[in-house]
Amino acid sequence: MDLAMDFPAFNEALPETILGLSAILILVFGAFRGDKGMTSISALCGAALIGAAFAAAWSPLGTAFSGSFVSDGVSVFAKVAMYIASAFIIVLGQGYFDRLNNRRFEFPILILLATLGMSIMVSAGDLIALYVGLELQSLALYVLAAFRRDDAKSSEAGLKYFVLGALASGLLLYGASLVYGFAGSMYFTDIAAAANDNMNVGLIFGLVFVISGLAFKVSAAPFHMWTPDVYEGAPTPVVAFFAGAPKFAAMILLARVLETAFLTEIDQWRQVLLVLAVLSFAVGGLGGLMQKDFKRLLAYSSIANMGYALLAIAAGTTQGIQALLMFFALYMVDSLGLFAAQMSLQRKDGEPVTRIDQFAGLAKVNMPIAIAITILALSVLGMPPFGGFWSKYFVFGAALSSDLIWFAVAGLVASVIAAFYYLRLIKLMWFDAPVVEFGKAPLETRWIALASAAFSFPGAIVFLIFGSVLAAAAVVGFGAH
Amino acid sequence: MTLMAIAFYLMAAVTLVAGLLVVTARNPVHSVLYLILAFFSAAGLFVLLGAEFLAMLLIVVYVGAVAVLFLFVVMMLDVDFIKLRQGFANYLAPGAVVAGILAFELIFVGWAVAGRGAAAGNAPQAARPDATNIQTIGLELYTTYAYVFEAAGFVLLVAMIGAIVLTLRHRTYVKRQDIYKQVTRRRKDAVAVVPAKTGEGIQE
Repeated sequence: MDLAMDFPAFNEALPETILGLSAILILVFGAFRGDKGMTSISALCGAALIGAAFAAAWSPLGTAFSGSFVSDGVSVFAKVAMYIASAFIIVLGQGYFDRLNNRRFEFPILILLATLGMSIMVSAGDLIALYVGLELQSLALYVLAAFRRDDAKSSEAGLKYFVLGALASGLLLYGASLVYGFAGSMYFTDIAAAANDNMNVGLIFGLVFVISGLAFKVSAAPFHMWTPDVYEGAPTPVVAFFAGAPKFAAMILLARVLETAFLTEIDQWRQVLLVLAVLSFAVGGLGGLMQKDFKRLLAYSSIANMGYALLAIAAGTTQGIQALLMFFALYMVDSLGLFAAQMSLQRKDGEPVTRIDQFAGLAKVNMPIAIAITILALSVLGMPPFGGFWSKYFVFGAALSSDLIWFAVAGLVASVIAAFYYLRLIKLMWFDAPVVEFGKAPLETRWIALASAAFSFPGAIVFLIFGSVLAAAAVVGFGAH
Repeated sequence: MTLMAIAFYLMAAVTLVAGLLVVTARNPVHSVLYLILAFFSAAGLFVLLGAEFLAMLLIVVYVGAVAVLFLFVVMMLDVDFIKLRQGFANYLAPGAVVAGILAFELIFVGWAVAGRGAAAGNAPQAARPDATNIQTIGLELYTTYAYVFEAAGFVLLVAMIGAIVLTLRHRTYVKRQDIYKQVTRRRKDAVAVVPAKTGEGIQE
């Protein structure tokens, strides 16, 4: 039977089909093999993700399933980036749980299912697909946050994330129901038509709730309160996952809702996004100054970085979406590298090094990792010529061409504040005496940290050449511009 | 039509009385049983409205799952219900206020829409006159919404995996019956013939 002929929709949704079917099959395999099969299950899940990435790159564009599923350039770009990032997380998680002697075969499968949810999110063409994708992703992430169930902090992180996440889902659903009620349709295209005909205060009201729900998922201030605690408590590979792909997916979703369904109301939602962005700059910048824990520091750094992504969407142009794609492609590499570097640092007795003051003197003990952290930290704070600078360059370019000069300035100020705490980290590593005895860095974390650093500096230059071409091609036809 | 009217008033009355008994019954187990009765009568009302699917859903989900869960909770948790009831008089006034507001809202909404829809005596319009509403829902669910339907299935799968990951513990110290081990056990695994000297016995 030719599947593609009988079910034409599966042509477009091939990556999701691959992810879903392989998750089920691998789950059955895992149920028989048990936890001792975790290595092979991780490998299978990684292979499924790579396969899905290829399928995403080559499957045809278009809409399917009566409009619930949209495959366009932006979704393909996001999917390929997310699948690759998820595959790296599986590698990190495999090593992490191996060393803890706590192998659980569900870990890679939950990553796979979370990725499926993100995939549904970036391809959502209506409000139901939006919500179901978001829930699939969030539910898997709640479980992953509490994955070390014997660890009090991990359980706390999972519970906190779950309770606050459920609240955010409630906000989002309330907003979605208002939008549906006032627009009379679930589909973004119909909502756009309804919003165009009759701009209604009820629609705006619903839209603000939808934005709030999504802002929670991307941890933009003032919906950020879960971020530091969850980052601190959840297992590190899971946090590395949180920091990248799910936020990318939620941002793309936000951009799609705003720019396809509500483009005519840009004056309304732009204010909301700008408030969120400026608050994120403030909270991320100032909150990071007080932190003593490395993962909490990265949490505040990610809050500030979400401000830039929101600024890119607030530009409301295809240039803004292109900036968003480039921003996340580069930012995901930086944050993955920083978390991998943190995982590679452990004391002689195997305890992880998490406090910032314990990083002191790293350069004398482990020069490559210290160089990698330095490059990545400089990149995240936006120092040229590292990758992070270019990601912010695109965002500021989009903001300036939409006359958002003062908000770009606010972003610059946030960068300067972030520079303070990253430079303190660099100073500690290079000029202070070691306070802890570092053990040997695990192989895969070291390689991922070094590779990310290499991507961030010489690699980003190469990436810019073809990445910006890809991103420019991806945004053609996105929204109404 | 009179039969319909009798059925309606009968079930409406049973629903109301059962609802009242849920709150006033002394024994919490009786409360849950009255709750089940109320659910069943409400399901009957749905059937009268022509919404068979909702009626089935009410019985399967609310009676089959929610009420039984309540029953389990009531029976398994050692809650002192007499103690819980002691504050009844204290909560009476705020409770009455909330109930009054709810009643006002219901009456107000009913009054506002009295001229429209079912309240005006118009029968609900079927999307497909030739199919029952279960068929119609099935057709929509498995065609237009097949994609989100499958995705919702994955959400439930994640919930199952999550529940197992977070709670299942393999406790090795618990003795379990393993049929396979029992059946495959051979005589030589269990019985040893040891030559023993007379009057001395065997030492391990």
